[in-house]
Amino acid sequence: MRTETTTETTTDQPTAPATAGVSPASRIGVFARVRTALGPSGVAAAAFLLLVLVLALAAPLLAPYDPNAQALLDSYAGSSGSHLLGADGIGRDILSRLMFGSRTSLLGPALVVSISLLVGIPLALLAAWYGGAVDALVARIFDLVYALPGLLLAVLAVALFGPGLTPAVAALSIAYVPFLARIVRVAARQQRTSPYVDALAVQGFGVVRITVRHILRNIAPVVLGQAAIAFGYALLDLASLSYLGLAVQAPTSDWGVMVSDSDALMKGYWLPVIAPGVLIVLCVLSLTVLGARISGERPQPYLRLRGSRRTGASS
Amino acid sequence: MGRLLLHRLGGLVTTLLLSSVVIFGSLYLAPGSPENVLFGNRAPSAAARAAVRHQLHLDQPLPVRYWDWLTAVLHGDLGRSMVTGQSVAGRVGAGLGSTLLLVALSISLVVILGLGLGTAAALRPGRVDATANALTSLSVTVPPFVASTLLISVFAVKLGWFPASGVQSGLLGQLRGLVLPACALAVVSCGFLARVTRNALREQLDREHVQTAQVRGLPRRVVLRDHVFRNALPPIITAIGLLTSGLFASTLVVESAFAVPGIGQLTIQSVAQKDFPVVQAVALLLVAAFVVCNAVSDLVQALIDPRLRIVGRTT
Amino acid sequence: MTTPETPPPSQSQPLLEISGLTVRLGVGGDSRPVLDGVDLTLAPGEALGLVGESGSGKSMTVRAVTRLLPQGAAFAGSIRFEGRDVAAMDAAELRGYRDHGVGMIFQDPRAHINPTRRVGAFLTEALTRNRGLSRREAEDRAAAVLAEVGIDDPVRRLRQYPHELSGGMLQRVMIASVLLAEPRLVLADEPTTALDVTIQAEVVGILDRLRRERGMGMAFITHDLDLALAVCRRVAVMYAGRIVEIRAAEELHQRAAHPYTLGLLGSRPSIDARAERLNAIPGRPVSAFEAGPGCAFAARCAHAQAVCREVRPELEPFRGGLVRCHRVAEISLQEATA
Repeated sequence: MRTETTTETTTDQPTAPATAGVSPASRIGVFARVRTALGPSGVAAAAFLLLVLVLALAAPLLAPYDPNAQALLDSYAGSSGSHLLGADGIGRDILSRLMFGSRTSLLGPALVVSISLLVGIPLALLAAWYGGAVDALVARIFDLVYALPGLLLAVLAVALFGPGLTPAVAALSIAYVPFLARIVRVAARQQRTSPYVDALAVQGFGVVRITVRHILRNIAPVVLGQAAIAFGYALLDLASLSYLGLAVQAPTSDWGVMVSDSDALMKGYWLPVIAPGVLIVLCVLSLTVLGARISGERPQPYLRLRGSRRTGASS
Repeated sequence: MGRLLLHRLGGLVTTLLLSSVVIFGSLYLAPGSPENVLFGNRAPSAAARAAVRHQLHLDQPLPVRYWDWLTAVLHGDLGRSMVTGQSVAGRVGAGLGSTLLLVALSISLVVILGLGLGTAAALRPGRVDATANALTSLSVTVPPFVASTLLISVFAVKLGWFPASGVQSGLLGQLRGLVLPACALAVVSCGFLARVTRNALREQLDREHVQTAQVRGLPRRVVLRDHVFRNALPPIITAIGLLTSGLFASTLVVESAFAVPGIGQLTIQSVAQKDFPVVQAVALLLVAAFVVCNAVSDLVQALIDPRLRIVGRTT
Repeated sequence: MTTPETPPPSQSQPLLEISGLTVRLGVGGDSRPVLDGVDLTLAPGEALGLVGESGSGKSMTVRAVTRLLPQGAAFAGSIRFEGRDVAAMDAAELRGYRDHGVGMIFQDPRAHINPTRRVGAFLTEALTRNRGLSRREAEDRAAAVLAEVGIDDPVRRLRQYPHELSGGMLQRVMIASVLLAEPRLVLADEPTTALDVTIQAEVVGILDRLRRERGMGMAFITHDLDLALAVCRRVAVMYAGRIVEIRAAEELHQRAAHPYTLGLLGSRPSIDARAERLNAIPGRPVSAFEAGPGCAFAARCAHAQAVCREVRPELEPFRGGLVRCHRVAEISLQEATA
């Protein structure tokens, strides 16, 4: 993750061996820089998330069983050679279900964050650039959306459109716009009043170009860090909704759905319900740590409650 | 102080009104005609259908419909349940008591444990602080549904100390049934409050006015109480206000997990049954709870720190 | 629960005696000296000025006197208040000492007074908690002292909050709070630096008058040499964590001997004379940890020689005062014959 800005080169340079090709030496250099920027906790978090991502993508190849394959003889089998993490009530392999489940569990938050950013960033930049009434209006809208908890909006959406990933994702995307856009707006506002922006404007560069090439680049680390944290919380919200049967539903092997296996729970078999729970917690922890490191703070995971900046919990 | 009250009240009312517009209007976002949304999968008689159409004032323009709905709500008429036919207000009122008791229990836990842990971490830097930091970092990533599952698994199924279901008879039984749900709700909030408390106290410990108190020979207990803790209260109170309103939202999950007959479980049931008027009513209640909690915490802060009584100041 | 009374001093005993005070602070792993062998004495009822630039260690010295050093500070040497060792005091004794014995006036009153409590609470807090006075009694006394420091309508002021008062008034409140405790030693750490110049004179005047009326000793810290000379009977000049000269105020102009003191005196622009350039001491003031093995001022001194850079000078009597300089006799001779 590059944390410094690159300078514009608008003039042609006669041979530039540094940019012509990436030599092995400079490749190592980038890796080392990323490592120091992230710190040991950030690297561990990134490594864990990378592992989960690989398992998610390669699930069809790596998973030992089909996630929906029932084997009633193996009902509630404990951890063993054939079932590394045991099996659930109808004999489905937990490990395979976790691996396949990561696909839905990660896809949902990814969509939420992407859509939120796509809607929120232009809004925030508009507000930051034009200021005045535009800024006030956008701020008011953000405050209003922020007043409605994401979970509630999702519940409303599901009540109207029926259960499923789509209404849940749509509702959460709207709910998360203020969370992400707020940071963009504040950071962009600070950048907007920086002297270099005035200098660029005087030189004749257009609004769009200044914004995209310069302001966005400078605020990228903060925004990316916040996006990682938002990913974590969207993961929690969607898993909660799936747990309630409102988003992803059984028999799909989503992590939230797996935790809701009350049969296993009441019969005292904790592995089928705790394993996905632990995985969720580890993922969210990694995301918040990574997010904090990317945006340049010390890793202090904090809750995305409205006004958390006022409480100083993230210092 | 009076001016601040008025200002805050105005903001409160505006947010409530705007939220109510969104909640009211959501009915019209769904595909199909509004009465079809309300009926869901049910096949009503022609008379019932006509009655609902009349109730919705579908012949009137939208703003009038909103106004009629709003005035009805303010008179306590929240409509009729699509499932039971009885008044929504009645159904909601029945569940409200359980939810309030649960939230009260939970917030007490949060305040006692969170303040305690945060204070210990602030006053004993080093090992205690580091341990508390690790604990709280973890606890803020454990969502209510995972916490519920864990608690049921350990304390209900395995140890049998508490019931897995929140429905109990008698006051003592009721309280006993609410212990686990209250803990599940409290996990995340405890961690958050502990962090806020620790940071706020640490910040005050370094302040110059604390040195003045020390150099005057005041006992340590007095210095901590009257100067460190007192001045650290504003962010702590903000956090408690935010957390309380957040707890209301989390009851959606926890009440369902423990079958506590409160408005959270009612909402989820209503979503499953497509009983939209109930969902709308609870949504309104939750938003109202949010807004009121915030306003109260702001006012309490102003009582403590006289500088905050000037309209517009947040520090 | 009241603080223990400290016994009154015998007349011959110095009020405050600091010897060999060395304070080291832990900065980023290593421990750096901030004070390097400070020696000072203060007689009862005497006003001593402590003059120096930023980093000279004057604030740290008075903090050490009240045992208000930052966390992780290492402390060597001795501080004796009326003969008792301050460092050896236990918690109860320390509280008694801080309440009855010593009082401190800080530089920035707004930062040093709790903004969430009323002025009255600030003033009466020590009286009610430490001395067991009733709130009524304490408030009466507080109002009386507020009037003495020149605050009008004192009873109303007690009800107000600090943010409703100006900086000058707050500093008077701070002074009042110290006077209320009636300590035997007042430590004034740049009490007027944060105030407007016009208020400065007033506030210093009040402080001086009341101090003399009550016979309190005072250590007056400032970077303004003239101010110290006006208010104090003796002046000590600090540089790089050590005292370089101590002399009676009225004699400082004529008989100052240390090159640093002379530099300070000479660098003040005169309103009467014309000058092509202002006389400044070349270089910048150093802190204790930056000083070399010898004299701390050697790097900036026009008269420095090999011995100055290698051997640390001691504080020795010269011309009625104390001076820390190897070549002080020769330098004065030069100046006299120049």
